[in-house]
Amino acid sequence: MSAPAESPHPAASARIPPKLGGASASGAAAPAGPGPAPHQQNGPAQNQMQIPSGYGLHPQNYIAPSGHYPQGPGKMTSLPLDSQCGDYYSGLYTVPTQNMVTPNTANQQPGAQQMYGRGPPAPHIVGSTPGSFQGATSSTSHLHTSASQPYSPFVNHYSSPAMYPANSSVASQGFPSTCGHYAMSTVSNAAYPSVSYPSLPAGDPYGQQMFTSQNAPTVGPVREDSFPGHSTAISHPAHLPPPPSHQYHQQQGLSGCNTLSWSASGLPSAQDNLTRNHTGSLATPNSNPTNTVSDSLSCPVMQNVQPLKSSPVVSTVLGASSTRVPPAANRPVEPVASVTQPSELLQQKGMQYGDYVNNQASSAPTPLSSTSDDEEEEEEDEEAGVDSSSTTSSASPMPNSYDALEGGSYPDMLSSSASSPAPDPAPEPDPAPAPAPSAPQPSKMAKPFGYGYPTLQPGYQNATAPLNSGVPPSSPVYSGFQPYAQQYPGMNQLSSSLGGLSLQSSPQPESLRPVNLTQERNILPMTPVWPPVPNLNLDLKKLNCSPDSFRCTLTNIPQTQALLNKAKLPLGLLLHPFRDLTQLPVITSNTIVRCRSCRTYINPFVSFIDQRRWKCNLCYRVNDVPEEFMYNPVTRSYGEPHKRPEVQNSTVEFIASSDYMLRPPQPAVYLFVLDVSHNAVEAGYLTILCQSLLENLDKLPGDSRTRIGFMTFDSTIHFYNLQEGLSQPQMLIVSDIDDVFLPTPDSLLVNLYESKELIKDLLTALPNMFTNTRETHSALGPALQAAFKLMSPTGGRVSVFQTQLPSLGAGLLQSREDPNQRSSTKVVQHLGPATDFYKKLALDCSGQQTAVDLFLLSSQYSDLASLACMSKYSAGCIYYYPSFHFTHNPSQAEKLQKDLKRYLTRKIGFEAVMRIRCTKGLSMHTFHGNFFVRSTDLLSLANINPDAGFAVQLSIEENLTDTSLVCFQTALLYTSSKGERRIRVHTLCLPVVSSLADVYAGVDVQAAICLLANMAVDRSISSSLSDARDALVNAVVDSLSAYGSTVSNLQHSALIAPSSLKLFPLYVLALLKQKAFRTGTSTRLDDRVYAMCQIKCQPLVHLMKMIHPNLYRIDRLTDEGAIHVNDRVVPQPPLQKLSAEKLTREGAFLMDCGSVFYIWIGKSCDNNFIEDVLGYPNFASIPQKMTHLPELDTLSSERARSFITWLRDNRPLSPILHVVKDESPAKTEFFQHLIEDRTEAAFSYYEFLLHIQQQICK
Amino acid sequence: MEAVVFVFSLLDCCALIFLSVYFIITLSDLECDYINARSCCSKLNKWVIPELIGHTVITVLMLVSLHWFIFLLNLPAATWNIYRFIMVPSGNMGVFDPTEIHNRGQLKSHMKEAMIKLGFHLLCFFMYLYSMILALIND
Repeated sequence: MSAPAESPHPAASARIPPKLGGASASGAAAPAGPGPAPHQQNGPAQNQMQIPSGYGLHPQNYIAPSGHYPQGPGKMTSLPLDSQCGDYYSGLYTVPTQNMVTPNTANQQPGAQQMYGRGPPAPHIVGSTPGSFQGATSSTSHLHTSASQPYSPFVNHYSSPAMYPANSSVASQGFPSTCGHYAMSTVSNAAYPSVSYPSLPAGDPYGQQMFTSQNAPTVGPVREDSFPGHSTAISHPAHLPPPPSHQYHQQQGLSGCNTLSWSASGLPSAQDNLTRNHTGSLATPNSNPTNTVSDSLSCPVMQNVQPLKSSPVVSTVLGASSTRVPPAANRPVEPVASVTQPSELLQQKGMQYGDYVNNQASSAPTPLSSTSDDEEEEEEDEEAGVDSSSTTSSASPMPNSYDALEGGSYPDMLSSSASSPAPDPAPEPDPAPAPAPSAPQPSKMAKPFGYGYPTLQPGYQNATAPLNSGVPPSSPVYSGFQPYAQQYPGMNQLSSSLGGLSLQSSPQPESLRPVNLTQERNILPMTPVWPPVPNLNLDLKKLNCSPDSFRCTLTNIPQTQALLNKAKLPLGLLLHPFRDLTQLPVITSNTIVRCRSCRTYINPFVSFIDQRRWKCNLCYRVNDVPEEFMYNPVTRSYGEPHKRPEVQNSTVEFIASSDYMLRPPQPAVYLFVLDVSHNAVEAGYLTILCQSLLENLDKLPGDSRTRIGFMTFDSTIHFYNLQEGLSQPQMLIVSDIDDVFLPTPDSLLVNLYESKELIKDLLTALPNMFTNTRETHSALGPALQAAFKLMSPTGGRVSVFQTQLPSLGAGLLQSREDPNQRSSTKVVQHLGPATDFYKKLALDCSGQQTAVDLFLLSSQYSDLASLACMSKYSAGCIYYYPSFHFTHNPSQAEKLQKDLKRYLTRKIGFEAVMRIRCTKGLSMHTFHGNFFVRSTDLLSLANINPDAGFAVQLSIEENLTDTSLVCFQTALLYTSSKGERRIRVHTLCLPVVSSLADVYAGVDVQAAICLLANMAVDRSISSSLSDARDALVNAVVDSLSAYGSTVSNLQHSALIAPSSLKLFPLYVLALLKQKAFRTGTSTRLDDRVYAMCQIKCQPLVHLMKMIHPNLYRIDRLTDEGAIHVNDRVVPQPPLQKLSAEKLTREGAFLMDCGSVFYIWIGKSCDNNFIEDVLGYPNFASIPQKMTHLPELDTLSSERARSFITWLRDNRPLSPILHVVKDESPAKTEFFQHLIEDRTEAAFSYYEFLLHIQQQICK
Repeated sequence: MEAVVFVFSLLDCCALIFLSVYFIITLSDLECDYINARSCCSKLNKWVIPELIGHTVITVLMLVSLHWFIFLLNLPAATWNIYRFIMVPSGNMGVFDPTEIHNRGQLKSHMKEAMIKLGFHLLCFFMYLYSMILALIND
């Protein structure tokens, strides 16, 4: 507690807590002591029982943490586990784990963290906080849910006094609900301890391990032979099977719980203080009376942080479990008697971890040492940095240079202190992250359920929540409840049996539960769909890359291409590599350890054969561990290479040495190329642009070398001499557009700081300079050639603003659109470029490390298909504002303004290359996104921005029979705006399966849809739109019929899909009705092409909203299940399906389409709502065009606004809000997004299902 | 006269064989990352038209000199060359487009195509050689 309180930075505090919670007894104890201690202590003692349960459940975590805190010893034990898993880990991914782990690290010390990275620590903190946060929220939600649900009985039980006592401490804190949960868990736990352990090897550590193993078990199947290290673990396997079930149960239950609880758990441990506070705060908001925790007040900040963390964490259910275990250990310790066991457990865990992760056998084993190691590790990072010798020499020259991140996150990293996780990074990140996290958390929570724990017993699944499984039971919080509830029951009943784990063996994972699509009306879960969690063992799960950065369409990779072909599902990766992260371990080491043959960066999934050798997980080559790597600067210990941050985190960032540079890192260079023809002046974008630039001039990412330049063009090209010393900007006009030259090459790109006054003068004068122009022509091509010449010595970013079809000089275009064909159902032509001019130019630019970003603001057809090439192949981005006019279309103007703000201030990486590697046997054959593929697996990215997403298609070239895991690694080498060369590495590990059922069980339907959308875009351009549409429909038909004929043995009269694929037809229908692919509805060619561009370059999260918007009812927002972000209470209304049947005239609905929000007001909508939220007395007085919600001082207004703000945060494109009255002409816009309904040109969802069924039966 | 036709065909065929080998070498360089896609494609695109002309000339020559069998043998290959050249989308930089060559297995199919052509030209080479010798003897 004290720690958190003390630390000014939420992050810092958070970090500390984690450590505390996790491992360090002393450290933990101290922190705990202050705030939570009492409760915890009490709790622990009581909890011992609980603890076991804790394994399974989040609650445990709470308990555990408490336990940890109090005890020093406990720490010890816990440490090992944590240390490996958690420390590095900590951060991002597994929040839960982090909690556990983090504590250790945290405890270990800030210093270490700093060293490490500033990154890691931050993560810890973050993670912990989020965890706590989540936990809190979840807990609260649980409470709510529990109440509501049938399970309530359970709850009651839990809540029952008996339970409470233990909990009481907790409860007192204000987590009553959680407590209840915990209690539940505890019960189950109790069962476990008694029963289950035995099943395992018995008794030994194993027995204990059993628990752990249970956690692991899920993984079990996965775990592999491949890892020697595992072998230790391996022994468990036998156990595993059973455990899995447990795990599942637990996980489900837990996960349910966990999800919720996780946060909770996380909270407890790390953040006891924080958490409690948070929780308290959270809880209070939630309405738990009891909760009104006193502590909480301080929390707000923390909370903010947490959310962020949480998001990263999300995936880590496993982690959570692991964490849980440790707690258990801790708890036991407390009891003293039990202590030994726990310790053993811990040790074992430690062992396992070591094994798993590192594969090292025993070296790492001892927990205690490990704990220390952890700390050390953190330090190591720093130290490593210190070490200099680039032993690794390696890298091919070409390779990769990664830029440094820009500001935001990095700074944190950089600052050794790193203490503050997010703060530095950023300006942008902050706001966004927080929101995001919150969301993610839930998702994470959900994930575990749905997926990983497929094994849930059917009964449970069925009984509880049908949907949860696959998708996540939706909302974390809310849905969480259900899951919990389910779990609980399961837990209770099962728990006893679980001890035996018998259930685990249940044949059918939840994700395989057959769903009769034509009969199940409410297929859409109430909460957002979370990505499935790969079915790995706990250790690996904890270590795995966050699904926000790295997702695979199949989380179970088929063993052979034949199996993949049978499944008829697309195999590919979706990447968001440069995402704004709140925590990131940054490693400064002169020796970047890489495989000597395939150049893979060392990662958590390699195996250590012994102290001096490691085996590459991609090519299986055995490499030496360099001397420098043997030393862990964090712990200042020697000989524990598996504890280094590189091996503890699947997302890390290296500061690259000069080996990774072809030339000195370039400065940040920005060139603005502006259309000033009559059309452009008429539209009035210059005012907005210049205003935004003036406001953000100081926030442009860059260092003291930053350079900036301006060009304008109509039928001639105008340059601006801004050389320092001039009294005013000098305009130079070049009218020879056939042979463009630079009038004064040296003074056109000037240092931002030296010439700031001149730049400001220019920006002030620019909007009025061309007001009387009569020039209607646009010489875009020559202007771009000039820009290329100007930029080629340095590289950088060119921002092009264009308002019409280029009509002069090279690259001129003709109008190709036939307005009469806009609603054609047959042929849509001209989706491809008309000329290769822009493509060539883009490749030239790419070769000179220059990216071209296009802002197209036009009211008429401008041939975006051709113009977009300039950005597509130079790794730029494309913004399109149809019908832009600064007065006639204020919403577009506002959107431009907001987009520009984000565009100008977001992080940027220069001269980047990205390489994606995968395990031998897999190969990548097609890439999607904005870049140029320079060689087979090397993507050349002149610039990289945090909003860019990528997709890769994979094929299986060699059978993967000799491996049980496959790994993917993306390495992004870039130059940060601060002139640092950095490498960001993400590593994803997935299990290999040999049965078709497992392949179906592991489908990530969202990722699959996004990949299919990318493929369909390619198809429409290279072939035709109708081909692409047919291919999409065939994708559904093929996969469902393949499932029907091979896996499901149910009657074939119905349309059966595995639960993991149940949303597949819906999403495909949504795609078919998406602007990019729809036919029969009038769609302007540019709109269509822009939608295609977005599909290609948006990261998955944003793309999914474009494809399948989210619909919420907002006239009855309540705080039930609300989450807290940045001191705000954000209500979480359930998702509605996209059908007019859900729209009642009495309601008001919000539709989130990614870049647009619609608020639909029903005719008979409650006048109170209209008055409180919209500020008008009644429905009739609402204006037709309304794009803002007034800031009214009413509760419902506050809720609505905080919800919308939360949705808006962290979007690359700032959404515009449209208030749509029922019966207003604008409603067609809104109704076209109701994709489950029938339109003149397209099927309704039900018809579509019948169509599919018909096709299958053919 | 016939000997002249075959001597010319033989020389042309040699050139085409060399061209095929050059294509294969360049493509495999690309496969091995020795050169980047941009330079590979600009190198190859330069030779697409000469190859097309060289092959069309042989085909026409065979038609004119009434060697039906050889003409029919060459016709599909020549037609494919022309078809491929005509069907390049307007936005592409030629038959070999650096932005797409790594996608959808294009590199592999280009490689396969170059191999098949090499085999075909080798076959033709010996056929022309045989025919030339026969023609010379007959003279």
